[in-house]
Amino acid sequence: MRTSQSRFVQAVFCLVLLAAVMSPAQIMPWNKIQAPPLPAFTPPQPTRVQLPNGMVIFLQPDHELPLISATARIRGGSVNEPANKTGLADLYGDVWRTGGTKTKTGDQMDDFLEARAAKIETDNQPDSTAISLDCLKGDFDVVFEMFLDLLHNPEFRQDKLELAQDQMYTGIARRNDRVNTIVHRESRIIAYGKDNPYARVPEYTTVAAVTRQDLVNWHQQYVHPNNIIFGITGDFDPKAMQAKLEQAFGSWPKGPEAKLPDVKFTDPKPGLYFIRKTDVNQSTIAMLDLGPERSSPDYYALTVMNEIFGGGFASRLFSNIRSKMGLAYNVGGGVGFGWDRPGLTNIEMQTKSASTVEGIQALDKEIDNLHQNAATPEELKRAKDDILNSFIFQFDTPEKVLHEKMGYEFYHYPLDFLERYRAGVEKVTADDVTRVARKYIQKDRLAVLVLGSDEQFGTPLSSIGPVQNVDIAIPPPPAGLMGPGGE
Amino acid sequence: MKRCFARFFGLLLLAAALPLPAQDLSSYEKHVSVKTLPNGLTVVLWRRPEAPVFSFFTLVDTGSAQDPRNETGLAHMMEHMAFKGTPDIGTTDYAAEKPALEKVEQTYAAYESERVKRTGQDPQKLEQLKKEWQGAIAAADKYVIKNQFGEIVESHGGVGMNAFTNWDETAYLYSMPSNEIELWAALESGRMLHPVMREFYKERSVVMEERRMRTDSNPTGRLFEQFLGTAFMANPYHRPTIGYPSDLQSFSATDAADFFKRYYVPSNMVIGLVGDLDPDKVFPVIERYFGQIPTAPKPVESFTDEPPQNSVRQVTLHDPAQPIYLEGYHRPSYLAPDDVVYDAITDILSNGRTSRLYRSLVRDKKIAAAAAGFTGLPGIKYGHLFAFYAIPLPGHTNAEMQKAFREETEKLKTQDVTDEELQMFKTRTKADLIRGLASNEGLAQQLATYQMRYGDWRELFRYLNRVDNVTKADIRRVSNQVFTDNNRTVGVIETQMASAQPGAPASKGGE
Repeated sequence: MRTSQSRFVQAVFCLVLLAAVMSPAQIMPWNKIQAPPLPAFTPPQPTRVQLPNGMVIFLQPDHELPLISATARIRGGSVNEPANKTGLADLYGDVWRTGGTKTKTGDQMDDFLEARAAKIETDNQPDSTAISLDCLKGDFDVVFEMFLDLLHNPEFRQDKLELAQDQMYTGIARRNDRVNTIVHRESRIIAYGKDNPYARVPEYTTVAAVTRQDLVNWHQQYVHPNNIIFGITGDFDPKAMQAKLEQAFGSWPKGPEAKLPDVKFTDPKPGLYFIRKTDVNQSTIAMLDLGPERSSPDYYALTVMNEIFGGGFASRLFSNIRSKMGLAYNVGGGVGFGWDRPGLTNIEMQTKSASTVEGIQALDKEIDNLHQNAATPEELKRAKDDILNSFIFQFDTPEKVLHEKMGYEFYHYPLDFLERYRAGVEKVTADDVTRVARKYIQKDRLAVLVLGSDEQFGTPLSSIGPVQNVDIAIPPPPAGLMGPGGE
Repeated sequence: MKRCFARFFGLLLLAAALPLPAQDLSSYEKHVSVKTLPNGLTVVLWRRPEAPVFSFFTLVDTGSAQDPRNETGLAHMMEHMAFKGTPDIGTTDYAAEKPALEKVEQTYAAYESERVKRTGQDPQKLEQLKKEWQGAIAAADKYVIKNQFGEIVESHGGVGMNAFTNWDETAYLYSMPSNEIELWAALESGRMLHPVMREFYKERSVVMEERRMRTDSNPTGRLFEQFLGTAFMANPYHRPTIGYPSDLQSFSATDAADFFKRYYVPSNMVIGLVGDLDPDKVFPVIERYFGQIPTAPKPVESFTDEPPQNSVRQVTLHDPAQPIYLEGYHRPSYLAPDDVVYDAITDILSNGRTSRLYRSLVRDKKIAAAAAGFTGLPGIKYGHLFAFYAIPLPGHTNAEMQKAFREETEKLKTQDVTDEELQMFKTRTKADLIRGLASNEGLAQQLATYQMRYGDWRELFRYLNRVDNVTKADIRRVSNQVFTDNNRTVGVIETQMASAQPGAPASKGGE
């Protein structure tokens, strides 16, 4: 009795065991797989410290690798430069580092840093400049000392200014060689206007007009602690590092506040714009308008709309114009946002010369379709899933979190903007998508830029409307500007 | 035991070489598990629990060098087709779609055999056959759910979904939240088990557009295609990965399926996985899904070694773009003992503002906006090129670039590099290795690549021993071997304004 019962129990036990082993061991069709919930994850938040002199510091320790990196972002960028010296901020962003300090040339700094596989670099953007460092943690003290020397005592040596100017002249001479360079530049000019500081282009004369004194003045005007957001991440003890930074920056006196210029934004003039380039067999089409600021209440609905319309593999533009029609390799785009200014809305594709007009019509049709056929429940779900399920990748490393927070601080956004974004996206409805599509993408408002070789077009552009030619000829350099053999 | 000792010894060497305590490196090694499935597929997994995400990198040891004759672009085409789905993904009814796709192939074969007739082609018949083919495509298209594969990945949180093909290999990659590992295994094993060649001929047109963008309408693309075609004559490195236009307009879905069957076998692939993954839980899942792929031997690669060049070669493009200078020298494959010496030369010539070429051509002579030397053109698996390029400043010529490069190669041949230069190379290489560990995506690629190329991912770290052993004499010896006149191919763009040049240099490229 005892034996048989135990055998029975054993048999049942075996069956249960077998079932337990078997069921997860099956191969499931993709749509039957149930993912377990994602483990709870709270990304490490940087510590924010504001010094009495106004400088904001974020500390984000990360002990995984023996490295330390830091960036100081400083208010004031190329939009602040005078129009007749366009290129000044670019030259400053280069020569600040290459020109060295009062006591060390840039070349001596190069030797010192490269021997330690360390970097100190400077850079510029439309609204800011930056100085950064990156080193093995054991070298931090000596590299940071050099960083502070460059921050406080830059020399902007003349020979490095000339070197940087020569490099900018090369960029100007070559700016019509590549399709993407041309389209990117001219798109901004058409959308923002050629005199708008966010679209201005350096010319030989404006670059040549910049002097060493301009760089010295720029530094004096903008590099003050109250204009700086400093972020540091890596393998350090946060308390000790905070003390070190307070010691380094605490006694630095405040200076004048940097202010962005008051820029007027006017809508682009709708119509067809054409750039002739004869050495291509493919046209680039860019449909352009100004977009809203990121702080707009429509931001959430627009990101969902962008996902449905032109973002990712399953979007309408990709599926219909690339996969279904085979008309393009590159196709996509949507409404663009700026942090503190109108963004650049851009719907773009590249197609063989002979199908240029067909390409424009295909994009037009997709815009009509977006207005008339609202997002289906599947499209809406897919778009939100795309955004929300990949949300973790916004903050999966301490460094990403640090840069996110520094961005919010710079543009005066709430530091929990990312969390609000998630909640905002969840609430978006199909009606919201249709409403913002009709509001922000309107065919009769769009400036349509076409670059291509019109001899190969087949159907001429003029068949769909009046065409305005865009002249991209490069104004020649003034006599004697460039070295031996120069034009 | 022996193995353990060797590993321990290796770590000691590393510890001495790196500014790192030994336990840090042994802890790196503890993160890694390797598994080779019975069918030959190798998976290298680095556990990194910092955030609940993972990245993968699947490397197929087949690239455009394996494109069959008259079918250039096929390896790259296969990469595009791997996004088109399977019998379960991308279709409303595979049972009905399958015969419809077979019909597409039959009608295409009939059309092609008429199209390529040199004599006796019947235009009316050709038009009729084309119509039948396009009708068959439209019939098969009815079952397609567009881009469903990508849609599944993206709606489950996948980011950075991409793939690439080069001369040596084909790779697939993206990142996902770590709870989606089973879905990932189902999706990735599915497309390596049974990709369906749907929408093939539409995708061929997409690739033609890619060619127009990268090569025909881009001056550097035009230069590189001509340059490689000149530097290599015998090895398949002379052919473009994207493919020649006429091949792109003739190969079939059947050709792609044959290529897939031959090369996409488990023994020819390595997967690198990095993230919040427990190997004890993940390997059984991988075995279940990827274990379905049938065993097949690693395809035998037959290739022609490029014979000694024995001549100076030059290609000159008269092009509307501004001047560019490029030159290359043949060197042996990555498995050559001197491989690391070429890395040292690259670093000393090109890395940063202390590099010789920056200081000579850019800073002192003021003739170039940028100048560098680099190795690995266009691949590394076979004998390839060590190359130099320069972007002349306005008013300076390609001839000046060539002269300046000659001075630099002569210097390498006749004088030792300095102690500081050699030490800088060693320090930077070690630091770069550490920096390379920072991202899941980058690390997954490194693990898969080292496992594939050396049969052991640990070579990623052991490489540092080879770096430490490089001497000044090695650099001089290798420079004397490689930088010779008869081993050089020069490629230049000389500016000729568009007005003087009616019609594009690029093919018009019909469909």
